Amino acid sequence: MAKSKHSEPEVTIELAREHGLIDEEYEKIREYLGRTPTFTELGVYSVMWSEHCSYKNSVAVLKTLPKSGKNLLVGAGEENAGLVDIGDGLACAFKIESHNHPSAVEPYQGAATGVGGIHRDIFTMGARPVAALNSLRFGSMSEPRVRYLLDGVVRGIADYGNSFGVPTVGGEIYFDKSYEGNPLVNAMSVGIVKHEDTASAVADGVGNPVLIVGASTGRDGIHGATFASEEISEKSEAKRPSVQVGDPFTEKLLLEATLEALKTGAIVGIQDMGAAGISCSSSEMSAKTGVGMHVDLDKVPLREADMSAYEILLSESQERMLIVAHKGREQEVMDVFAKWDLNAVVIGEVTDTGRVVYLRDGKVKADMPADSLVLGGGAPVYIRETSKPEYLEKTGSTDISSYVDVADVQETMLALLQSPNIASKRWVYEQYDYMVRTNTVTGPGPSDAGVVRIKDSKKALAVTTDCNGRYVYLNPRKGGQIAVAEAARNIVCAGGKPMAITNCLNFGNPYKPEVYWTFKEAVGGMGDACEVFETPVTGGNVSFYNENPRGAIFPTPVIGMLGLIEDCEKHTTPAGFQTAGDDIIYVGASRSGIDGTEYLSFLHDLTAGDAPDLDMEFERALQQTVLRAIHEGLVSSAHDLSDGGLAISLIEKTIFSGIGANVRLDLPGQNVVEQLFSEAQSGILLSVSPERREELTSLFREADIPAYHLGVVEGDRLIIEDFADIPVETLRSIYEGVVPDAVSGNAAAATPV
Amino acid sequence: MKFGVLVFPGSNCDHDAYHALKHIHGIDTTFIWHKETEIGSVDAIIVPGGFSYGDYLRSGAIARFSPVMNAVADFASGGGPVLGICNGFQILLEARLLPGTMMANEQLRFTCKLVHLKCESRNTPFTGSVPDTQTLRMPVAHGEGNYYADDELYKKLLDRNQVVFRYCDANGNITPESNPNGSVGNIAGICNESRNVVGMMPHPERAVEKRLGSDHGRFLFNSVIDNLSYAVNS
Repeated sequence: MAKSKHSEPEVTIELAREHGLIDEEYEKIREYLGRTPTFTELGVYSVMWSEHCSYKNSVAVLKTLPKSGKNLLVGAGEENAGLVDIGDGLACAFKIESHNHPSAVEPYQGAATGVGGIHRDIFTMGARPVAALNSLRFGSMSEPRVRYLLDGVVRGIADYGNSFGVPTVGGEIYFDKSYEGNPLVNAMSVGIVKHEDTASAVADGVGNPVLIVGASTGRDGIHGATFASEEISEKSEAKRPSVQVGDPFTEKLLLEATLEALKTGAIVGIQDMGAAGISCSSSEMSAKTGVGMHVDLDKVPLREADMSAYEILLSESQERMLIVAHKGREQEVMDVFAKWDLNAVVIGEVTDTGRVVYLRDGKVKADMPADSLVLGGGAPVYIRETSKPEYLEKTGSTDISSYVDVADVQETMLALLQSPNIASKRWVYEQYDYMVRTNTVTGPGPSDAGVVRIKDSKKALAVTTDCNGRYVYLNPRKGGQIAVAEAARNIVCAGGKPMAITNCLNFGNPYKPEVYWTFKEAVGGMGDACEVFETPVTGGNVSFYNENPRGAIFPTPVIGMLGLIEDCEKHTTPAGFQTAGDDIIYVGASRSGIDGTEYLSFLHDLTAGDAPDLDMEFERALQQTVLRAIHEGLVSSAHDLSDGGLAISLIEKTIFSGIGANVRLDLPGQNVVEQLFSEAQSGILLSVSPERREELTSLFREADIPAYHLGVVEGDRLIIEDFADIPVETLRSIYEGVVPDAVSGNAAAATPV
Repeated sequence: MKFGVLVFPGSNCDHDAYHALKHIHGIDTTFIWHKETEIGSVDAIIVPGGFSYGDYLRSGAIARFSPVMNAVADFASGGGPVLGICNGFQILLEARLLPGTMMANEQLRFTCKLVHLKCESRNTPFTGSVPDTQTLRMPVAHGEGNYYADDELYKKLLDRNQVVFRYCDANGNITPESNPNGSVGNIAGICNESRNVVGMMPHPERAVEKRLGSDHGRFLFNSVIDNLSYAVNS
């Protein structure tokens, strides 16, 4: 017999280091195996123990988050995504995940496969994805490279999501130089499943067949998970082959075939293949129930016949699933996949050894205890050193008091409206199909949250993603709290009750004590807020090493929140004004402080002060009262105050409706700049018909929440006392023009006035 | 009366068309799998939107070879009403059941938004009951909706009154600004010479409930339902 085509290099500690393993980890592997690992085993351990798969530097901190609630059907980390009971025998599976590093070097495929990966996490649970969202961060659009990244990412999300046929109903985009060279691409998927149809990612039943289904396995994405666990650098461009390539058509077939196959009842367990491909899915499914798997890699359908065991195990080719079927019923599964012209091949079986064993060319290439590979089992857990960042001293002590005076309020408002962080993102969201499946009641754009109705039910889901990284940078704990509070406020403004969150924690290098301090603080703040708002954490994703040669990004813990609208017809509430003659009511906290505002950042190029004020108990009372007012049918429109404060919220309410407003500044803020531009939390603008105004305000009086009558919805201009008098059409034209101008390379639009 | 909705691998508006017909209009509706060689006893066929076979080649270029398309061609040549929506329109063009060709949007980007439409011909099974007093409001969602006909074909389409819909502004004016994709003459939909096969880029099946933004798509479905009822009764 000829010499094996797949001879493997000798494993040494140097080779282990090249794989990103530290000496102590290499020793641990030798301990688990009782010998030196083979080359293939080393590869598998290196990806399974990468930050991306093992959460080794974050899991100890994540354990502190509140994870229980009466509506949770599956706890965080137990399955591919969280599962929330939404009544009527239905459950909602939802999760957010990052694809930052791949998108930094190959924006189109990076973003596309991010979308594909998160949808797979949802339908592997038996749920049909019904909505997608994304949370994006880029540097300044005045940089050509940033425009290239933005264009590629948006096209990637659009092409994948549109073809796959799930509406993209919401999300957010921020531009800040801290994200230059390291954009953030976080994708969220939301799905619905009947309780009894829920699938699980377990291997069980010794002798049961193991199948690989979906696309063939190629050489794309090998070591993608390892790549995602290091800093972006000049060398990253060379890692482009580590980026996977997406095929939404195959994913669409995989979705339909998977849901159909689950209905046969022939499936014991199923897990999608994302990071670390076959190694991760087979070891995690085995470890969950303490069984083992014997897998013959010669049977895996390959794109290139001469792939080695190492390559097959580590391939991150997309659109694949691993299935454990009931013995004797595998043909039923294979028939369904055949109908959809997809591979479904038995590659092994479940064993009672607790070990995952992989063969290639008829020889054992790897034989490892499944438990030793996985998070919660043998994967390392570290608590890193922390130290409070020095920059906080500087940002916290910067005197910003001189910025509360402006010569011309109207000019300031118009200038702020030109911030790409505030202006309309229509250029982006119109590239996404946000209507397919005909359930989108409120799409992206003029809304606080996306609203997706559930056919055959009165209910709807309200979904949003939120995080202001600048706030987290200035005060990690409060910034983490605000991210949750604001997400909940957005859900409430749309008419929903906040139910639960998923999170995507984007931070720098965890080995830097200052980064780790902000991580711990932000997670702590998020946990505080999740307790107060009763929105447990159902799972999510951590993305470390988001740095470029100039330093770390703003710490950006993105919150994806699920809300439930009990009566879609009656409770769904628009953000824009609805009827001329309605009264405009501000409810909430006083507008004081310009700390951390878009006003300071965009108009004065200053990231300084504390994060904006937040009193969580007050915020909760405010949200509960607004929701009560909505349920009682008192609210015509509701829009929260966020980036750009009251001024921008008012402007948006007029632009969304085309109807003007005439308002007085009667708020107990310090001065006009604070009243208009403060981003103090806990503020909501409502409109109400004059006949119901007293009823509305008395609700807030009873709850001890200030409510101010600011003015009236009328005409086609926004008039604010003597400060501003602007045609709505002018506002609209600026608001809509900024991003299209900036992406076309018109630098004037992307830089502060 | 029974409607058939084709399902190709990659169709993703099949369920939307089914929902519009079955649940909003209360019409018996069935899915027809692309591998079928017969379409059974249906009175009208919807070729739905989506990305058949991924549309990595030219949109609709592979779907036209699906076994079911021979049966659709037979149904159409027998005078049966066929409506191609979005990808369905592209497939009917590739199958030569409708004339002309489709190019990528002028701006080279996918575009999803509500547009206004002017109904230019009520002489098709799908437009007979469209009121002539108003413009229609419907969504488009496509990357390749830039309909092209050379001068000769364009003239033929006009002469034979085959242009069924054009993009317009809110007041019904055919303007360049209201054209979302650069299609020739703002064409949004056409019919064949026999007038029973209609293709359109906008999505009437997404516009059957006011709650979701517009219910003007119902005019089209009501038209074909009226048309078929009339045929049955007379």
